[in-house]
Amino acid sequence: MKSLFSSVSAVTGAFLLILFVFASLAAPWIAPYDARQISGEIWQPMSAAHWLGTDNLGRDLFSRLLSGARLTLSFAFVISVMATLAGTLLSFLAVSVGGAVEGILSRLNDLFMSLPSLIIALVALAVLPQTNSTLIVVLAAIGATRVYRLGYSLASHILATDYMEAAKLAGESHAYRVIREMLPNARFPLLAEWGMQFSASILFISTLSFIGLGIQPPAADWGAIVRENKDGILFGVSAAFYPAIAISLLVIAVNLLVDALSRKLQQQEDQ
Amino acid sequence: MKSLIARGVRSTAPRHPLARAIIHRLLLAVILLWGVSLLIFAAVNALPGDFAAASLGRAATPEAIASIRQSLGLDKPLVTRYLLWMLQIFKGDFGLSWASQQPVSAQLGHRLLNSLWLAGAAALLAIPVALLGGLFAVRYLHRLPDRVITLVSLIILSLPEFLIGYLLIQVLVLHVGVSTFPSTIYDGMSLPDRLSALLLPVLTLAIAVLANMLRSARSALMSVTSTPWMETARLKGLPPLRILWRHAAPNAISPVLTVIAMNLAGLIVGAMIIEVIFVYPGVGQYMVDAVTVRDIPVVQACGLVFAAVYILLNLLVDMLAMAANPRLRFPR
Repeated sequence: MKSLFSSVSAVTGAFLLILFVFASLAAPWIAPYDARQISGEIWQPMSAAHWLGTDNLGRDLFSRLLSGARLTLSFAFVISVMATLAGTLLSFLAVSVGGAVEGILSRLNDLFMSLPSLIIALVALAVLPQTNSTLIVVLAAIGATRVYRLGYSLASHILATDYMEAAKLAGESHAYRVIREMLPNARFPLLAEWGMQFSASILFISTLSFIGLGIQPPAADWGAIVRENKDGILFGVSAAFYPAIAISLLVIAVNLLVDALSRKLQQQEDQ
Repeated sequence: MKSLIARGVRSTAPRHPLARAIIHRLLLAVILLWGVSLLIFAAVNALPGDFAAASLGRAATPEAIASIRQSLGLDKPLVTRYLLWMLQIFKGDFGLSWASQQPVSAQLGHRLLNSLWLAGAAALLAIPVALLGGLFAVRYLHRLPDRVITLVSLIILSLPEFLIGYLLIQVLVLHVGVSTFPSTIYDGMSLPDRLSALLLPVLTLAIAVLANMLRSARSALMSVTSTPWMETARLKGLPPLRILWRHAAPNAISPVLTVIAMNLAGLIVGAMIIEVIFVYPGVGQYMVDAVTVRDIPVVQACGLVFAAVYILLNLLVDMLAMAANPRLRFPR
């Protein structure tokens, strides 16, 4: 029962994720229309000409979703990779160097983690120039604080193990011990954390674009497409639902995979 | 400092452990708040370009910039400016909004109350449901009901707030017609109108936080029901209700508080987004609008207020947890 549930959900997650990644990679070849070109009346329902209907300006919604997928996936990917790398690097540095470096980094991290992430993001976005790189750096920095906390606890545990002591006594260098001993032993929990960062980044960037503070027009990720079409909902137009459902399916897929991975990790630990 | 306190607790048995722990926790909150104020001040003053030039926009002639700099006190040193800013805030003065030229504090109080209503009502709705769901899951641990609850909460956790909100609008406004959209609230509104306007945002927020609450309730309750004394109570044949009331409930107070504490951030962030979705006049909507037009004094004030509310609520929950669980009174 247990293995059935987890394997079915893991396979579903993997299938959906591969589908989305494939669609975004192949977007220029699959898209029936130019995503920026007006190709019909506004807010048309589903039809053979427009599979998902048209949007608030009469553009083909399916083509827009495909080009939006590229933005959402690539932004979330870059943000989550940067967050995981930065968080891991800084936490391992803090633990292995210790002293004042550890104190300053950890207290600063406590300060950032004592605030809800959206508030940090909003203050930062209000004062920094409104560019895509600002968006990526701010969200990656917020994600890195979470990774730091995990990396810190992993590294502290590993530092106290016998094999770390042995490496130290064998006269191995500082860098060797961190890269060849610490990192490999922390890789699976960090991998699971990267997955969580990925799904959290998808939701975060979509939410920011939805409230108008994320990716700026004319570029439109899924969150921005929801924003463009949200006024249609009161007239019974479901254009805003498709990108919103796409976001949810993508996040569900990633979460199912992460869940399966961390359950596997738990089992390994129990054995 | 930490070790000093720990030694103090161990060597001389403290006469007032609770008071000591509370003071310790209060100090921490004050330090955090101070850190946050520094952070926000630093963020705004590290602005690329100039505060004065930014506030004037296109009308920025050198003379106008100089006069604004003087009236905003930007010609004074950084430390003086920080202290003056803090002094003003303690007087309840958050400055003038750049966009409307009205005092920020006049808007803030009103909107803060609206936001707290929204978050409070959603919490009151979601917490009992989460606890019941958690109990149910723990009762049938690793069996079908538990797996279904876990899967459903994983799915809800993956939905952005706006999808939940729009689905509810679709059902409740367009098909059933019990609620109104947008959720405008104003003074002197009749009670039924107010309730009908509040229904959608409260329900959306409750559903959005429910997923995470269910997860934390499940793990918190699992730690209570799997204890040896619960086993004993069951084995000696006590009636289930008595077990629940006399044994489980008193010990479940701190898990319940944990559930609330772990979801405070979700409640506050969720409320901000939901205010934007439903055009609900709270602090979240105010802040998002201010960020869009770069109305820095408003952003500063909202950021500070949100941080303060979050830190104070956390403090309150921690205090209640200390009162409920004597083990927490001794800082490690």
